[in-house]
Amino acid sequence: MKADSSGVLTGVHFMDGDHAACEGALAAGCRFVAGYPITPSTEVVERFAARIPKVGGVFIQMEDEIASSIAIQGAVWGGKKVMSVTSGPGLSLMMEHIGFAVCTETPSVWVDVQRCGPSTGLPTQPAQHDMQQIKWGSHGDYEIIAISPNSPQECFDLMIKAFNLSETYRCPVFFMMDEVVGHMTERVEIPAADKIEVTPRKFTTKAPGEFKMYATTPDDLVPEMVKAGDGYRIHTTGLTHDERGYPLMTVAVQQKMMTRLIDKIKRNAHKLVDVRMDNCEGADIVVVSYGITSRIAHAAIDEARAKGLKVGHARLIICWPFPEALFREMASKVKAFVFPELNMGQMVRELNRAVVGKVKVVSVPHAGGTVHEPNTILNAIMEAAQ
Amino acid sequence: MNECGEYKDLDIQNPVLKVLRQDRIPHIWCPGCGIGTSLNCFARALMDCGLNLDKVAVVSGIGCTGRTAGYLNLDSFHTTHGRAIPFATGLKLSNPELSVVVYSGDGDLFAIGGNHFFHAARRNMDLLVVCVNNYTYGMTGGQVAPTTPLGPTQTTMPYGNFEQSFNLPFVADACGATYVARWTAYHVRQLAKAMNEALLKKGLRFIEVLCPCPTLYSRRNKLGDGVDQMKYYKEKSVIKNGADTKEAVLTFQGEIIVGKFIDRERPTWLDSMNKHLSVALGDSFVPYGTNGGDNGQN
Amino acid sequence: MAKTEIRIGGLGGQGVILCASIIGKAASIFEGKHATLIQAFGPEARGSACSAQVSVSDSVIGYPYVTSLDILAVMSQDAFNLFAPTIKPDGILLYEEELVKLNDRLPSGIKAFSIPATRFAEELGRRLVLNIVMVGFFAGVTKLCSFEAFRNATLDSVPKGTEDLNLKALQKGYDYGAKLL
Repeated sequence: MKADSSGVLTGVHFMDGDHAACEGALAAGCRFVAGYPITPSTEVVERFAARIPKVGGVFIQMEDEIASSIAIQGAVWGGKKVMSVTSGPGLSLMMEHIGFAVCTETPSVWVDVQRCGPSTGLPTQPAQHDMQQIKWGSHGDYEIIAISPNSPQECFDLMIKAFNLSETYRCPVFFMMDEVVGHMTERVEIPAADKIEVTPRKFTTKAPGEFKMYATTPDDLVPEMVKAGDGYRIHTTGLTHDERGYPLMTVAVQQKMMTRLIDKIKRNAHKLVDVRMDNCEGADIVVVSYGITSRIAHAAIDEARAKGLKVGHARLIICWPFPEALFREMASKVKAFVFPELNMGQMVRELNRAVVGKVKVVSVPHAGGTVHEPNTILNAIMEAAQ
Repeated sequence: MNECGEYKDLDIQNPVLKVLRQDRIPHIWCPGCGIGTSLNCFARALMDCGLNLDKVAVVSGIGCTGRTAGYLNLDSFHTTHGRAIPFATGLKLSNPELSVVVYSGDGDLFAIGGNHFFHAARRNMDLLVVCVNNYTYGMTGGQVAPTTPLGPTQTTMPYGNFEQSFNLPFVADACGATYVARWTAYHVRQLAKAMNEALLKKGLRFIEVLCPCPTLYSRRNKLGDGVDQMKYYKEKSVIKNGADTKEAVLTFQGEIIVGKFIDRERPTWLDSMNKHLSVALGDSFVPYGTNGGDNGQN
Repeated sequence: MAKTEIRIGGLGGQGVILCASIIGKAASIFEGKHATLIQAFGPEARGSACSAQVSVSDSVIGYPYVTSLDILAVMSQDAFNLFAPTIKPDGILLYEEELVKLNDRLPSGIKAFSIPATRFAEELGRRLVLNIVMVGFFAGVTKLCSFEAFRNATLDSVPKGTEDLNLKALQKGYDYGAKLL
């Protein structure tokens, strides 16, 4: 369906990533945000607090990120599209509720404007420190989706994609920004509402009594949904549950529930590949990157090409699920991968796992606080080429 | 009478069964536990209050009382430990036509979840909070709670509790609740009436229900079984409606002040938001959730 | 056109970020170029060092930070002392002459242009428009974009009801800058 025009600020703007992310959420139909202030993400909720009274919806500043990350889930079951916004320390407090959203299949968008950790770290400086935390930080096995924008324009465009994927797969979708993308201002073009495609919630058409909370078919592992107040008298729980949503704590039910929760993402992993390829065909070296680092890598790649090297660039838009199959195939065609990240080497673990020793993988870690010098990445490309 | 409480010959069944999920009975609670008694009172209140039960939702946290949501035939949410109130806050604000009830235990609501209660009451979020206080952590096996009075033994206070407990009605009063009452599992009529009254009121309403935990609290402290605790409630309870909540302190096996302590009016969070923003923003404000029906659904 | 790298420096509360934003907006929205703006600020809201980096280019900008500073515009001595040494050899310095005194931190060979922007702002009736006078001065000296683009960007950025005052401030700075060339 098309976006609701009341939330779409159509026009050309000079806007930072935090503000653009908020506009993306509004355009995607987000009408409830619960948040807690934390640098460098605060501008997202500040803008939402200012905008939502004129659109129709609610912003509430909760007492902490634990509360924010569960209040949004209550709001989903009341019928709204929702988002919460935070940065590292707040994300750490949200961990338990990632699992609750996974287990109860509550579509929700979680924005993380990453800063340096561990602990309070460097609050106003960029990093990509939380890439593994979102995937493994909540207890138990689970699958999530994560998207990484590299510009204010992408903060708008990809935010709509984040909301749409969360509705399609009924899972938490993480929007992994960083301080630079959040605070960098650029031209942002917001199209007319009728040019924006939004995915509606998968509400059931079954009558109460016919509807089962978590019933799925072999072809479609994502159940239909209802909201509170519509007469379905639903029950949902973070306990292991059966198709009715009732807690049923047996090994068989656990096996069935877990398998479906994992498979609904894994079996669709091929649809969740979004890698922007730049001259990867015939390249000797492929630089892999995401978020702000992709822009820095771009500058380094230009210089390497000027030196005559055949360098491709594979930029991850969707970081989780990691596009394993794509890199496994690419590994037989290239000499090496170079993977700069604003962390000590997080997503490079996934790349290493995907290519299991077939080809050289050069990690270009950075402790964070600023972005790489393009020269550092250039040197890694030169080293990999030898 | 059969084991489900139905008199087959007389074709009579327990009148509250219709608001329970019969396919989930029997419940998990121990013999003599007071949580089921409180649920029975709540079920009666639901039936008597006249609300459309399709529009009533119940939210629980984790623990013995946290299982309540699962037995009520309402839209029901069994959330994470301590977080029933913020979940309920999101649910209520997202769909303001719902009456939202938080039904959970003392440890869930006032230890791990204490901060959320304070802020929900401060904001006057439109929620009914029922706290079943059995002075202990039941599901994990009888550890000290923020409501355990001075003296009794708990597994993590093996030599007796030396930590000061909360006086919950005083906390609720101080934080701004619009309705504050305390009853025990013995006072079933008063409790059902209080629940009925509170269901129909606006704002953050708080009811504390004192309940026996015979398996852990009573047995460990040689207080007998569930019936003995009911006798204690009967003998030591003093009804003082309108009492100063400061005086409603609980002591080990001491006097229990029960009654309706607070009943006042304050604008709810949503009422305040709508009133304030319609002045601040004028015509550009889109009123939210004020007409009960159209609440801005996509 | 190659990338032009600009830094605006001053104190929190002077409107440094708005100044940078108008320059970026003029280039990216009203003149069809590419522009990025990166701001750096301390935890204090007022009186702390505040600076912004603007890159303007005809093509897509990857690396958004200043590596080779073409133009520095400063409204405080601290900002001058900190950033003047980073101006590239044939770069340009623009400075508020009552707030900044040149010293040996300025590399030789830099073209320096000064303006009594605070005085001009006061003459216009509001000291606050100092930053808009500086934008006008920047426009007049650098001619990075057309005056029309700066005018539109200013109108798009200032609060309603202050348009006339701000346009006067812009014009004043622009005329003063254009005359110096």
